[in-house]
Amino acid sequence: MLTLALLFIPAFFGLMMFLSSDLSKKLAWVGSLLNAAVAIGAAVAVSYGKTEMLEFDGGNIAPLGAHFALSINATSILMVLLNACLLPFIVHVASKHEMRNESAFLSLILFMSSAMMGAFLANDSFLFYICYEAALVPIYFIILQWSTAENKSKIVLKFFVYTLFASLFMLFSLLYVRQFADSFLISDMIAAGSKLSQHEQVWVFAGFFIAFAVKIPIFPFHTWQPNTYKAAPTAGTMLLAAVMLKMATYGLLRITMPMVPAGAANADWAMWLCVISIIYASFVALNQTSFKLLIAYSSIAHVGMIALGILANGNTAYEGALIEMVSHGAIAVGLFFIADMIESRVGHDHFNKLGGLREKHPAFAFLFFVIVMASVALPVTSGFVGEFLLLQSVGSHNIVMALLAGLTVVFGAVYMLRAFQSTMLGKHNTELAFAEMTASEKMVLTILVIITIAIGVYPGMLLDVVHKGLQLTGI
Amino acid sequence: MKELLLTALLGIGVLVLDILNLKKYVLPFILLALATLVGFIAADWGTVETPFGQTMLVYENGANLALGVFAVVLFFWFILSSSYFKQHEGKTDLYALVVFSFCGAGLLASFGNMAMLFLGVEILSIPVYVLAASKKHDLASNESGFKYFILGSVASAILLFGITLVYGATGSFDLAVISNFIQDEKDASIIMNVGITMILVGFLFKISAAPFHIWTPDVYQGAPTWITAFMSTIVKAAAMVALFKLFTGPFQFYVEANGYTIGVIAAVTLIASNTAALWQTDVKRMLAYSSISHAGFLLSTIIGNASLLSLLFYLLTYSIAGIIAFGVIKETQTIGENPLKGLYRRNGVLAFAFTAALLSMAGIPPFSGFIAKYFVIAQLIEAKYFALVVVMIITSAIGAFYYLRASLNVYQHIENAGRIVLTPLVKWTYILLTALLVLLTVAAGYMHNL
Repeated sequence: MLTLALLFIPAFFGLMMFLSSDLSKKLAWVGSLLNAAVAIGAAVAVSYGKTEMLEFDGGNIAPLGAHFALSINATSILMVLLNACLLPFIVHVASKHEMRNESAFLSLILFMSSAMMGAFLANDSFLFYICYEAALVPIYFIILQWSTAENKSKIVLKFFVYTLFASLFMLFSLLYVRQFADSFLISDMIAAGSKLSQHEQVWVFAGFFIAFAVKIPIFPFHTWQPNTYKAAPTAGTMLLAAVMLKMATYGLLRITMPMVPAGAANADWAMWLCVISIIYASFVALNQTSFKLLIAYSSIAHVGMIALGILANGNTAYEGALIEMVSHGAIAVGLFFIADMIESRVGHDHFNKLGGLREKHPAFAFLFFVIVMASVALPVTSGFVGEFLLLQSVGSHNIVMALLAGLTVVFGAVYMLRAFQSTMLGKHNTELAFAEMTASEKMVLTILVIITIAIGVYPGMLLDVVHKGLQLTGI
Repeated sequence: MKELLLTALLGIGVLVLDILNLKKYVLPFILLALATLVGFIAADWGTVETPFGQTMLVYENGANLALGVFAVVLFFWFILSSSYFKQHEGKTDLYALVVFSFCGAGLLASFGNMAMLFLGVEILSIPVYVLAASKKHDLASNESGFKYFILGSVASAILLFGITLVYGATGSFDLAVISNFIQDEKDASIIMNVGITMILVGFLFKISAAPFHIWTPDVYQGAPTWITAFMSTIVKAAAMVALFKLFTGPFQFYVEANGYTIGVIAAVTLIASNTAALWQTDVKRMLAYSSISHAGFLLSTIIGNASLLSLLFYLLTYSIAGIIAFGVIKETQTIGENPLKGLYRRNGVLAFAFTAALLSMAGIPPFSGFIAKYFVIAQLIEAKYFALVVVMIITSAIGAFYYLRASLNVYQHIENAGRIVLTPLVKWTYILLTALLVLLTVAAGYMHNL
């Protein structure tokens, strides 16, 4: 029942907002907080070994050969937590700015969260596919209606068609495996997929990888991403960067790796693409002056690392990938939140035109600094745990890859610290009217900082839930 | 039987209301009759009725369901088109023609005899020739009607020729007798094969599949928009149901022998229409090409061993999306240059419904167009037509591109947008239809209970 609640709470509140637009802000808050509470409840239930509430199967839907089956298990619990717990922050950002037709905006955000929750909860690959695609529709409207970018139509068209086209390859792979499976249930599909010949598995894997590589994104499929991140309103960017792309890494981890193990074992080409992606994105990030674009490219580097770790398939990769996905989500929300704060105050996000903010705003500087440190994977922050575990498993697969991919930490330190320096340090730009942080902004950043440090100091908090889940339900 | 009587009498009744000078009651009268029709279908569910001898018309579940789908689509068509016909002086004539055409669609859903098939095709088409040319002072409309009439009659002639050849080979118009004949003979004669091919050609024209699709863009563009909506939904759906009944029934052996050829026709239809649609600047013309591309999907249902249910599901979702899209075009037609640009400023409901309709046509979940396409593709994969599936997937992506491009236009910012005001009934019908596009996805899961 918890799974059903998680799936339908945001959608229900989203629908309510359509009907009573005066109450939209309150409804969005209640819906997102309620959902976060239920998700935390589910995590507690898993860690206490209570799984009765966490499975739901609506039975076989004969004409589709699919099940309406949801489950919370070792892999999905952290993603569910991530999606549900970040939603209140995103609602906060969304309701911070004055905008026209706010109730529609908020309800689209909740619908999108619901669709992504569906992808994380799905215990059936067909349901996963539907939710994976359905999440595109709200973000399409969000960018189209509320973006201020000049060429938003072009950007959103590229984004949509690109990801849709790639997803069709995944559909083809799913349908191919489905011929040999009893149903679309992920367990059935895994049983059928792992029996395919190696040749078939390589092709099925390729279909999945193309679909996920566009969404993650991995070089050379990334070209939609930076512009889309920059064009989308901040709440939309947060949804994209913090949660949406995790659907792809989650799908890789949950469906593709177990379904076609032989295909995944012969995927050095895909791993090299990830390595190129990491290095390339780091280099491009070095040359950015726009803070949002900088975060977008650094995001490509970080998620490239997650994909690389998953493909390396080592013992620690599984844990590392999950931790890094959560950590990247929290950090991305934090960074985009800061970018939004800067942009809404000075009207642009070019950090080289700022400077010396620390003198006047020491608290802001401190919170910013911690999030930057988490992003460059300094020990005791959440970024370190994830990247360390990932690099370790990549290293045991191929040491050259690990060395090359490890460069990202060095580059990351360079460009993130440069961005920090030119905003916060140096001479104070007296012409700059930079308003004080509001209490709510302070609170949001403080909570995010606490989360990143808590995970960094005691990752066991999350890993225990994963381990418990593994004992109870398997992957 | 009573379904057929009801529709035929409805057409006459509409004309009588005109004579009695009760024009303003026409629309409620039609809507009530269509609702009664759906009620009759529900009451007859599970029974088999064969009026006029054993096999002239056969009302079984499949036929009833198809008729129900047509009736539902027509019901919404009448509601949405009401504002257009309100200003039209000859509105009752046009309504009567539409109802007569619908009567033909009813025959095509339930025929059991080649004679009835031909009657159905003609009763379906002839009113539409008139309707297409019903804007008497508009050159484009006249051209459209004339083109449709000439080409449509040639297609009907070819169809009729095919029917006679099949009659020559088997000695009967009766589908059951033809089926038995084929089963006994095993080896079909050349006359039989030529006859069936000609029937297929006639229908390919009617559903506008390649290589007989060239007429579609011109006719769709020239005809009054609501008539285009009618042509691209109910007329096409009825022809497709008849085609499906023939080629998964008595002529199944033909499909088994020539499945590959039909697959190629479907693939060519998909490629030709989608690549042509990319270059269209006129939305109505683009939708005409999109209608052709849907014919490619529809045609593949006969080689994929699809069930009638999945075909009807496809037809229903496509028809709903079609009447929304054409309806929105009609609502904006009076706005000069580039009428869809900035539609969201003029009317949010129309903009949203239009986008949802196009996304559904593109086959994007959670809209039911995705499930409809999925049914077709899944059955083709089971039947091992991988190449056709690849063509479908690639052309779907092309399709997504031009559908989205059209819907992006709707969200362009414009200054001084005049509002478009809809009556509450029309507004809520658009909302209901848009909701249906999503709800049908859920309903697809329960289709097997029928």
